[in-house]
Amino acid sequence: MRKLTMMTAAAALMAASTSVQAEDVEVLHWWTSGGEAAALNVLKEDLQGQGIGWQDMPVAGGGGTQAMTVLRARVTSGNPPTAVQMLGFDILDWAGEGALADLNIQAGLEGWDDVVPEALQQFAKHDGKWVSAPVNVHSTNWVWANKAILDELGIAVPTTWDEFVAALEKVKASGKTPIAHGGQAWQDATVFDAVAMSTGGPEFYKKAFIDLDEETLGSDTMKEAFDRMAVIRSHVDDNFSGRDWNLATAMVINGDAAFQMMGDWAKGEFLNADKKPDTDFLCFRFPGTQDQVTFNADQFAMFAQGKEVGKEQAALATAILSPSFQSAFNVVKGSVPARTDVSDDAFDACGKKGMADLKAAADSGNLYGSMAHGHANPAAVKNAMYDVITAHFNGEYDSATAVEELVTAVQINK
Amino acid sequence: MSISETANPRGSVVDRLRDALPKLVLSPTVAIVAIFVYGFIFFTLYLSFTDSRILPSFGWVGWKNFENLFRIRAWDTAVWNLVIFGSLYIVVCCVLGLLLAILLDQRIRAEGFIRTIYLYPMALSFIVTGVAWKWFLDPGIGIEAVVQGWGWTSFEFNWIKDREMAIYTIVIAAVWQTSGFVMAMFLAGLRGIDSEMMKAAQIDGASTFALYRRIVIPQLRPAFMSAFVVLAHMAIKSYDLVIALTGGGPGTATELPATFMYSYTFTRNQMGIGAASAVIMLMTIAAIIVPYLWSELREKK
Amino acid sequence: MSTAAKSSSFSAGRIILYILLLLFCIYYLLPLYVMVVNSLKPLSEITAGGMMALPRDWTAAPWFSAWSTAQVGVEATGLRPYFLNSIIMVVPAVALSTLVGALNGYVLTKWAFKGSTILFGLLLFGCFIPFQMVLIPMARMLGLMGLAGSVPGLIFVHFVYGIGFSTLYFRNYYAAFPTELVRAAQIDGAGFFRIFWRILLPSSGPIAVVCIIWQFTNIWNDFLFGASFSDFDSQPMTVALNNLVQSSTGVKEYNVHFAGAIMAALPTLLVYIVAGRYFVRGLMAGSVKG
Repeated sequence: MRKLTMMTAAAALMAASTSVQAEDVEVLHWWTSGGEAAALNVLKEDLQGQGIGWQDMPVAGGGGTQAMTVLRARVTSGNPPTAVQMLGFDILDWAGEGALADLNIQAGLEGWDDVVPEALQQFAKHDGKWVSAPVNVHSTNWVWANKAILDELGIAVPTTWDEFVAALEKVKASGKTPIAHGGQAWQDATVFDAVAMSTGGPEFYKKAFIDLDEETLGSDTMKEAFDRMAVIRSHVDDNFSGRDWNLATAMVINGDAAFQMMGDWAKGEFLNADKKPDTDFLCFRFPGTQDQVTFNADQFAMFAQGKEVGKEQAALATAILSPSFQSAFNVVKGSVPARTDVSDDAFDACGKKGMADLKAAADSGNLYGSMAHGHANPAAVKNAMYDVITAHFNGEYDSATAVEELVTAVQINK
Repeated sequence: MSISETANPRGSVVDRLRDALPKLVLSPTVAIVAIFVYGFIFFTLYLSFTDSRILPSFGWVGWKNFENLFRIRAWDTAVWNLVIFGSLYIVVCCVLGLLLAILLDQRIRAEGFIRTIYLYPMALSFIVTGVAWKWFLDPGIGIEAVVQGWGWTSFEFNWIKDREMAIYTIVIAAVWQTSGFVMAMFLAGLRGIDSEMMKAAQIDGASTFALYRRIVIPQLRPAFMSAFVVLAHMAIKSYDLVIALTGGGPGTATELPATFMYSYTFTRNQMGIGAASAVIMLMTIAAIIVPYLWSELREKK
Repeated sequence: MSTAAKSSSFSAGRIILYILLLLFCIYYLLPLYVMVVNSLKPLSEITAGGMMALPRDWTAAPWFSAWSTAQVGVEATGLRPYFLNSIIMVVPAVALSTLVGALNGYVLTKWAFKGSTILFGLLLFGCFIPFQMVLIPMARMLGLMGLAGSVPGLIFVHFVYGIGFSTLYFRNYYAAFPTELVRAAQIDGAGFFRIFWRILLPSSGPIAVVCIIWQFTNIWNDFLFGASFSDFDSQPMTVALNNLVQSSTGVKEYNVHFAGAIMAALPTLLVYIVAGRYFVRGLMAGSVKG
């Protein structure tokens, strides 16, 4: 295995001397929508200012899965890109293959260890070496709500599961859709993340999703979490299956639905529709997870193209971690900076709250990788869990069976 | 058929080279197919017995990948879906294609224009038409909403949201794409039929229906065969279609072997299991296609 | 074979016939209609619902945006630069696979040798190999051949998986071509290539159209190979379109997506419309007669 990677690395070195000029970076990423790409352009211009060219290699689709396929083909053919946008376990897997460059020198010089939260470092370091540069932290346990509907029905921001259910009932009685939801596996899992955290608390979450403890996975608490998913299912409209998340967000924006459980990127949709945080829409943590933050983080991993980190790779990593880029990028993207010492001046109400929450959660040990977004367990396990969660949510089997299936899924794929 | 034996058998090097020329011309293709088709098939076969995860790896694990494959529910679903989808798709395309061809063969005005309309979906990939189809089949904004808007409020068309029915919406979209192509094949077949024979049968007083059943359709056998190869190949490779329309959902209800294989090999980093599913898929294809090719090619002699 | 329609007068039967044909036209045109209509609306009108309705505010802005200013990568270039990438890749790939297919078909029918039928069978079986399966080994081979991430590499891949079908088309067509003509030419002293150039190729027009349409459509529409084996400066149209449509966490501009989708499909549509009438003729001339 290692041998193959060495060979490809050697081939890459040869390719690097011919096709890629020494001073250019070729970046594989999937940020192709207006805001994201504009944000990335900030990085590009920064590098160009230093005389480093940017060769753009965007491949969108499936939240980066398409790009990962392309990456595999590129590495196998001995022609890997210089830097690649990556998530969670993918980084560790590639680092395990010995394919990623060691960024410890830059990290040491700039003190990354002190400013990047511990929980995030687990995905940026391998064997004590920094192998990737984190760009942002998305937190996924948000609820987005239409303020007008809540005000009209006299609903206060729910802080417990029971309050939440009561609120849902109220909305249902008014004839509106309580929860806007898109029935795609990753969205079902995003909701499940929050529900499990709320049902069993952080210890339970960690044992089940991060440690993959079979006893916890098969426990009654897990069954309770699935039961709560069924409650949520009963407050979703009939037409949810296959819906894109942003169409679900549109339901909240247009006042057809009251709540949506979705990561912080949903904010962009509200802002784009000229809605203001706290006046038109509300953002709050999923009831029962006020202290916790489940996160996923985009990072750029550098592919080893020789023994040392390329000069341009080092410059790219430094630029990514610079406070000015972290602020500029995340204001646009809706996420929060990956380092906790960035000023929140440029951020709006939801952004400020997100930054404060992240810092608090990081300090109190309440920051956990999101299972739904590949930051709790490897891709094989994650997708196997998706299968169970989605099947249960779509009524293929009851909660008791779901718990059994979850245990089997983990056994096969661990 | 062959005429190569007419060449001078006892010739110089030039003559021998000339004799070998046809084979030489064919040899690059043979080499390419040997490596890039059969070589890769053997490579995949080998991978299916290894512990490959994110990249090919060569640790031997025996039948473990196959054992795991058959423990995965989604694989059963995928295989069954291919059976349902494949057979329905091929049958509906053939029937519809034949019907359209017969209709178009009645001295229609603007035939060329209509034909182009029937044929054009073949030119589009599902990356292009996927979103339109998805909207279309979505009960909230698509056909159902539109018809209900017209006043028929009890109208329901929510198959794409229904676990049991979703696979049929895939058939509808797939048929939309290729039935025109099949129509063209049958139309070409119809145009090739000897009209004298038809006239004779008509004089004998055969009804139109009997005419088609007894004389026309049997003569379309080669067209059926070509259509079958094209359709079978499309059915097996249907990947974009499913991804664009349902992404394999609701749940795993519209998973097909092609999407399963892709997801295990690339998304889930289980290349071994992905390779095992590819092997099973290829064996199934071979079981269907090889006898067909055999019978077709033997008959030609 | 149009004897069934003896009278072209408007009997009840013919009215039903035309209504049927019209209904099918609607079935085939509806998705295109949805795409066109929505590509001419402002985004607000789309999100407000009514996907079948005609635009209230007609606008061509989405088209301009998709062509030259939409965001498909870091730079807002639209689809324009990718168009050329696709053309550069598709034209040689189609030409090469068609030519080699014609030569193969010629050998397999007019110069058949022992085992050539089995060879053809093996070749045909190659058409059924799922592309997802060949991705990794193909990447390795391209790397070894020094073609990784290059246009020639992409052309090669499409050529490799295109010859199966092009050989099938030409073989079936040439099988119906009178062997006597070839024999006569041979007695006159014409060689292998001369017979091909002078006798078979000039009459191959119809089947060449079929083959070119088929290859052009498949290669132009391919995404998987285009994404995996291209470099930052050779990504084809489908990859750009995919980047436009599939952007993950941003606002989805459906009108621009539809405009871009139609634009990406225009070359293949054009091929079908222009060459469409030769298509049935080409099929008629051989490939479905076996």
